[in-house]
Amino acid sequence: MATASVASHSDAAHDHHDHEHHDNFITKYIFSTDHKMIGKQFLVTGIFWAIIGGLLSLIFRLQLGFPDMSLEWLRPILGGWITPDGALDPEFYLALVTMHGTIMVFFVLTAGLSGTFSNFLIPLQIGARDMASGFMNMLSYWFFFVSGVIMFISLFIETGPAGGGWVVYPPLSALEQAIPGSGLGMTLWLIAMTFFIASSLLGGINYITTVINLRTKGMSFSRLPLTIWAFFLTAVIGLLSFPVLFSAALLLVFDRSFGTSFYLSDIYIGGEALPNTGGSPVLYQHLFWFLGHPEVYIVLLPALGITSEVIATNARKPIFGYKAMIISMLGITILSFVVWAHHMFVSGMNPFLGSIFMFLTLIIAIPSAVKVFNYLTTLWRGNLIFTPGMLFSIGLVSFFISGGLTGIFLGNSAIDIQLHDTYFVVAHFHLVMGSASFFGLMAGVYHWFPKMFGRMMDARLGYIHFWATFIGVYLVFFPMHYIGIAGFPRRYYSWTGFEFTNMYTDLNLFVSVAAILTFAAQLIFLFNFFYSMYKGRVATLNPWRSNTLEWTTPLHPQHGNWPGEIPSVYRWPYDYSKPGAAEDYIPQTVPLSATPESNLPHEQELVKLEKEIIADEEAVLVANESTNS
Amino acid sequence: MSTTATAVGVSSKRGIWGGGNEPLKASYGKLMMWFFLLSDIFTFAAFLTAYAAIRVSYPTYAGPEDVFVGSNEYWPVPELVFDALPFLHGFHIPLAFVGLMTFILIMSSVTMVLAVEAGHRNDRADVTKWLLWTLLGGITFLSCQAWEWSHFIHGTDSGSMITYVNNLGRVVSETIYGANLAVNEYGPAAFAQLFFFITGFHGFHVTIGVFLLFLAFYQSAVGVYERRGHYEMVEKIGLYWHFVDLVWVFVFTFFYLI
Repeated sequence: MATASVASHSDAAHDHHDHEHHDNFITKYIFSTDHKMIGKQFLVTGIFWAIIGGLLSLIFRLQLGFPDMSLEWLRPILGGWITPDGALDPEFYLALVTMHGTIMVFFVLTAGLSGTFSNFLIPLQIGARDMASGFMNMLSYWFFFVSGVIMFISLFIETGPAGGGWVVYPPLSALEQAIPGSGLGMTLWLIAMTFFIASSLLGGINYITTVINLRTKGMSFSRLPLTIWAFFLTAVIGLLSFPVLFSAALLLVFDRSFGTSFYLSDIYIGGEALPNTGGSPVLYQHLFWFLGHPEVYIVLLPALGITSEVIATNARKPIFGYKAMIISMLGITILSFVVWAHHMFVSGMNPFLGSIFMFLTLIIAIPSAVKVFNYLTTLWRGNLIFTPGMLFSIGLVSFFISGGLTGIFLGNSAIDIQLHDTYFVVAHFHLVMGSASFFGLMAGVYHWFPKMFGRMMDARLGYIHFWATFIGVYLVFFPMHYIGIAGFPRRYYSWTGFEFTNMYTDLNLFVSVAAILTFAAQLIFLFNFFYSMYKGRVATLNPWRSNTLEWTTPLHPQHGNWPGEIPSVYRWPYDYSKPGAAEDYIPQTVPLSATPESNLPHEQELVKLEKEIIADEEAVLVANESTNS
Repeated sequence: MSTTATAVGVSSKRGIWGGGNEPLKASYGKLMMWFFLLSDIFTFAAFLTAYAAIRVSYPTYAGPEDVFVGSNEYWPVPELVFDALPFLHGFHIPLAFVGLMTFILIMSSVTMVLAVEAGHRNDRADVTKWLLWTLLGGITFLSCQAWEWSHFIHGTDSGSMITYVNNLGRVVSETIYGANLAVNEYGPAAFAQLFFFITGFHGFHVTIGVFLLFLAFYQSAVGVYERRGHYEMVEKIGLYWHFVDLVWVFVFTFFYLI
């Protein structure tokens, strides 16, 4: 078996070399099967969707912050969605929050984050020529693309895009006559999500298989960079939770289009009884949140993995608690599947069941805290190098703490009765999931930009971008906690008419202004990103003096990544500032036998075994050479 | 090219998970099939959970079996609904037909095993033969399901008096024959909806399986796998086929036994 695998590896290598020479524009940039190009495709598409999602949020922030403002100037873009007296159409407001949520959660922070970095980094960091199946990987991107096209089209149809919130709870989403947003827009939403699920399944199966089967010689699981651990577990979560969303969506499709009543029962519209009996909308909520909660970790884990890597590299210290990090990620993975009902404390659940889900939910605080403390202890007394990537990683840790603490409140089934569906929840998940993951994404882009495009991003613009965004995010989301505690509900178009909320005009105004400024700060990033792609300073081979394998490739790695043999791995990826070593980093490809001055006692014992392995592998190489010639 | 390095294997000193080999002794294609099936388990699990949730919200028919009448007030007894056989009109033979279907599907799994086994021996004739039997088993199962659906849709001679809200929003009481997605003579509307949805989704899987089997049969017959040197594709399709069988066992349990 092992013999066969060697043969197939070298096979693949030769095939790739043959292909390199006749790549044309279409196979190189469009229907590419190269994981690096597919990763970049995901990134650019993700950026496109982030802009759309951000702009949608600005429109409804205008409504919330400036309720009396005339939005007549938006008529050229929004057309009929601006009412004749210059206000935002309330139905469109619902569509805006729905699409903002859907786009940000799925298109930006799932596909844009996991799709980009899993694709780009897995083969590079484990030492593989490409993903296990380049073709399926390409399909994964194109399914995502089709999904995006359908979702984009839904923005422009007459009845507007889906308007039932990103969770699309029935019966609101199941009955076309409920709101305009439950019409064609909802149908397109469901079709788009089906394509998205297929895309994420194709990608996830590939990531898992690649990590299991295609690690280079010596890259055991205990030597994997934490990024890879995070992508691997993310893919596992996606593999097990997305099919349940698929089931939920398919049942909803039947309820909407074929007259079944899986989620519908005892409904009257305008005094008329609907024929549906026997279904349960709570059933949908269970199925949805069985995906919905793991989805939070699908979004967050890759960001945490990227942060581990960036922080260790730029603190010039081994990551603190490598094994603890892995175990806590495993813990989060498992726990993510048994806490879904904490989203449903007020959906009419048995209070005893609520207590169980509360207990399980609060347990997640433990692995999360382990991760936070490990980040802080890695930073502690490190030789910190504040690259933009490092700043964004530290920003992530900050959001993870401040947003995570409010999660402990919300996880309590009693407190949740007051806080459920208020802006407190909005503040919580925008900090801990939205902003933290976004910062992970940004950290990844700044850190791996040199590998993606062979050039450096401008650091000074990066600092400006970081500080503007970091401060901006807190200015946007911190006040929302207060509004939320006061009972201000989410997804309300207008709140000035209520006695208990109309005193918050100033805070809402403040939040809206901060949101606009924070969004504007992203333009700095956009400029930096596209400018540096062409005009940036040419990068060195290993600009951050990092240990992982991707920095051993050429500046512009071709399809196949390494021109010659794939390097072997002899140590874990976090040998930074090792006592006795000449440099403050030792790449994974340096054998222990080459660094007797810095080896720890137990590593010194491994040197003999390592020499035997190297000798064996030399013999294999020589034998192969002679068979070839 | 594939003869390269056949003489010398990699060092085993790194351990089985040490990289540079296939730790689960399975090619990437087989792993992918396993992981796809794992995810598909969750799809079916979600449907069967939905079935269970709706099923337990209705009372079971508690009266004596000989006077059973269908009603949307309680869940029907499966033996009394699925009791027909082709050409034996009017006889009460509970679960015999679905038992036969299940037997055929399970037998097709057995022939699939034999095909995979023949593939390990690189025996082209045997692989082709057993794939053909498996393919026939799959097609027979689908045909049986078509008859089962057709009978379910057309219903019994007597029908049942059902009171329900029709699609005009009126409460009506009428004799219903057979089943559709809105109303059926056997039990609550959800009974037929779930039946159509879940057995339909399973049948869809079987249909894909039949297409795959046909592909494998064809490729095996014309010698594609022989030229390739291995019959791994047969193994991968075999995994899928066994999975479809296994799911049927659960679907069968939920719909016909509980």
